Amino acid sequence: MAAPQPRSGDPPITPDLVDEHGISPDEYREILAIMGREPTFTELGVFSAMWSEHCGYKNSKRLLRLLPTKAPWVIQGPGENAGVIDVGGGYALAFKIESHNHPSAVEPYQGAATGIGGILRDVFTMGARPVATLNSLHFGDLDRPRVRYLFSGVVKGIGDYGNCVGIPSTGGEVYFDRGYEDNPIVNAMCLGLMRKEDLIRGTAEGVGNTLMAVGARTGRDGIHGATFASEELSEGDDVESRPQVQVGDPFTEKLLLEASLELIASGHIVGIQDMGAAGLTSSGAEMAGRSGTGVEMDVALVPVREQGMTPYEILLSESQERMLVVAAAGREDAVREILEKWELEAETIGSVTATGTFRVLEDGVAVADIPALPLTEGCPTYERPGEESAEVRNLRQMDISGYMLPPAGLEEAFLAVVGSPNVASKQWVYEQYDTTVRANSIERPGGDAGVIRVPGTNRGVASSTDCNGRHTYLNPRAGAMGAVAEAARNVTCTGAVPMAITNCLNFGSPLKPHIRHQFREAVLGMRDACSYLETPVTGGNVSFYNETDGQAVYPTPVIGMIGVIEDLDTIVRHSFRGAGDAIFLLGANRGELGGSEYLYAVHDLVAGEPPRVDLQAERALQRCLLAMSSRGILASAHDVAGGGLAATLVESCLGRPRAGDGVGASVRFTDDLPDAALLFGEDHGRVVVSCAPNEEERVRRVASDHGVPCTRIGTVTVAGSPLEIETRASTLRLDMDVLSDQYFGAIPSVMNQAV
Amino acid sequence: MNVAVITFPGSNCDQDCFRSVELAGGSPRYVWHREQSLGDADAVIVPGGFAHGDYLRPGAIARFSPIMGAVIAFARDGGLVVGICNGFQVLCEAGLLPGALLRNESMRFQSHDCALRVERSGTPFTRDYRKGRVIRMPLSHADGNYYADPETLAALEATGRVVFRYSDARGTVSAEANPNGSLNHIAGIVNADGNVLGMMPHPDRAIEEALGSVDGLPLFTSLVGSGAGTAAHTEVA
Repeated sequence: MAAPQPRSGDPPITPDLVDEHGISPDEYREILAIMGREPTFTELGVFSAMWSEHCGYKNSKRLLRLLPTKAPWVIQGPGENAGVIDVGGGYALAFKIESHNHPSAVEPYQGAATGIGGILRDVFTMGARPVATLNSLHFGDLDRPRVRYLFSGVVKGIGDYGNCVGIPSTGGEVYFDRGYEDNPIVNAMCLGLMRKEDLIRGTAEGVGNTLMAVGARTGRDGIHGATFASEELSEGDDVESRPQVQVGDPFTEKLLLEASLELIASGHIVGIQDMGAAGLTSSGAEMAGRSGTGVEMDVALVPVREQGMTPYEILLSESQERMLVVAAAGREDAVREILEKWELEAETIGSVTATGTFRVLEDGVAVADIPALPLTEGCPTYERPGEESAEVRNLRQMDISGYMLPPAGLEEAFLAVVGSPNVASKQWVYEQYDTTVRANSIERPGGDAGVIRVPGTNRGVASSTDCNGRHTYLNPRAGAMGAVAEAARNVTCTGAVPMAITNCLNFGSPLKPHIRHQFREAVLGMRDACSYLETPVTGGNVSFYNETDGQAVYPTPVIGMIGVIEDLDTIVRHSFRGAGDAIFLLGANRGELGGSEYLYAVHDLVAGEPPRVDLQAERALQRCLLAMSSRGILASAHDVAGGGLAATLVESCLGRPRAGDGVGASVRFTDDLPDAALLFGEDHGRVVVSCAPNEEERVRRVASDHGVPCTRIGTVTVAGSPLEIETRASTLRLDMDVLSDQYFGAIPSVMNQAV
Repeated sequence: MNVAVITFPGSNCDQDCFRSVELAGGSPRYVWHREQSLGDADAVIVPGGFAHGDYLRPGAIARFSPIMGAVIAFARDGGLVVGICNGFQVLCEAGLLPGALLRNESMRFQSHDCALRVERSGTPFTRDYRKGRVIRMPLSHADGNYYADPETLAALEATGRVVFRYSDARGTVSAEANPNGSLNHIAGIVNADGNVLGMMPHPDRAIEEALGSVDGLPLFTSLVGSGAGTAAHTEVA
């Protein structure tokens, strides 16, 4: 076969051109060794995309290998479009989380919308029907107009896309801190269900089988998006980066979803993959790489949106809503027929070969021919030493004991914490998302975890996303452990057994030692927690370079946790139910205020040692909660996290927005802790539960059997009563209407004002 | 009772409606939008979603789908037709129901539970409800703000064709309880002959206790005439 020749008009390969492609001189030497010759311009573009941080994981791969990925229930671990676990009853769940931070910082609406589109495709290309989405969003402070613009644009983008495709949103988190001022974190997670036997993978098996481009046409949008996601932003990127942001079409996505599932069920295809980051290049090369085969495709056969596109552009376009399908030879017409029913195109563009190379032609003339495996797996990886920044160390080691007294008094501080946007209700956000479509949403957003029913069964899947950026900033290892522990606790509160996680690791530039330190520490913390809690990592995404003008975001390792409830009749909700019910605290109060919402909201301070995680106690607590929920003795269970006991008690009393099912409570603490530390401390390993009076003894017994501290702290009181809290030093009597206004009104009062 | 559930490209609630009919004791069947005939259908449901992507405006393209000719003829012959959410928008665009659904007053998509007061129990769609009863179900739309010109609106009221009205939990209508700005707090109406119903909230998402409400089920039992919903009604009333 003829080796590819430069096309007329291709720029010569110079050190500057190589550098512009984000390829280092060492990496270029590696490329020369793999190719045995100088690459063509097209080939350089292909390497640039595949060896970018986004696709090649060059600064993360070695550390990610430390994460636990196996368990008997894990069907598919990292390396595929999505992870897959067995959820029982013959069903498998495909799930994954992915970032769309860089596009969202530039164009929030389309950036977030296409993030949803991409994660849905990752899930339905496994053969699973998407059944739920979650979003983990981190923004700067809402008093900044640009933050409000980004926040409202991202929420609208997520809503418009997900609503149109018809996938319910069941949860997630929204977090605000000045650490995210210029670089919002926009992570989208999707869950999909399938019968176990319907699983399909992104492989190009069977020499002679046919490659088909399916779905939307290829245009010039998003060229080098993967490389863009691997650079930091700078002032002025608003304008210059726009062509790298893709535009989504949720209607086409919906058609593609239905067509893909029909295609997979038809048996006409052997593999399917989203043309996501690095488009046709990554999907073609990865499918060949996974199967040990090769692919050959002719770009002249790819349906395009505009004339005159070069092979370079066609290969690197990130136009949305496209798939690469490997059809069994001879079934091409049957594939086309299914796509036509859904008013979509499917064109034969090439075939599976035995050559082991990623070979591209243009009208029959070779323009690229690269060994597939080195392209997908051979990206040089780095593990350079890191070092903690002195600034962070100083903040962490700061003595915060002088901040125990709220300047305006305890009640004011209580209202400030409950009304801070991090603690306050996210109703303004999730009511813009369809949460009930498909009629399987058993627990909607607003509780500890969303719960979706497995259709046709009484089995449920619980999911939660968590990462407290302030905690991971001050201590990445403890913060990452805490994120895993909190996510597990959240799903456990609903009565679900934590099973596995997907993660989205959002960091600054890995070229900086202090970022490398954060990344390494966070991975180690995650490793420890996931190993101990037996929740392996089945995949995810790394997003580096979340920086603007040298200022990095807080290290933000977002955890997407999945849990399974065998019997939905045992589900537990977060809000108190009946007056007279007994309220217990499971776990012990330690009054850890480092990195707390209290310090931020009341003292404008990010400092101190964040709460430590006792994994043994955490696991005992989880088992205890599951024993209680399966015995049906709990009326409610609600995790203690951001905002401490104050937030947990208020949320347990207020119930759901619009439901009118709020109650009061009377509680008393005897802990020998300063009031602020007791009420606002964010110590891990705690859950507030309630039960009917006649179950009190059983609750105590189950807790004692599991070695979990269990303290009766009070009683649920009738609707209209206040929340009364007595500590050793103070008595608070808080009107529920006032708390309700603080909690439900905080975000709308900022967002519904004229911009 | 054979119920045709129309599926357009972009329909999202076809499966929810299918299941609702099943639970109510009817026999549902999907009918693809390119078909020309409703076959042996005794009733038709136009489900929610984003038919044809809601391009141009909700329902504007769906009314030209081949199956709509058959749906319009079926309705003109007195056949029972229900449009839910996007289905309501499609039926308005197709001229089977008067008025239009404008963008919500908030200018945002809204998805949450709402309370509805049942204004008519005598229709083929509400015979398993008691008049004046307050029911609860999710709504989920960006364009649910019902509008009709003053004469049409007066005629709807004068002839008792407003079937559901947004209210609070006690059945009181007010601006606060109106989620989208609909004129006269209208959530659902029937046509002049009383055989075509359109409503914005989702009874198809309130059919089981596990979902938080069974208040939508009587609509489907009324439709299929099974009477099975009467029991559910008494239970929760």
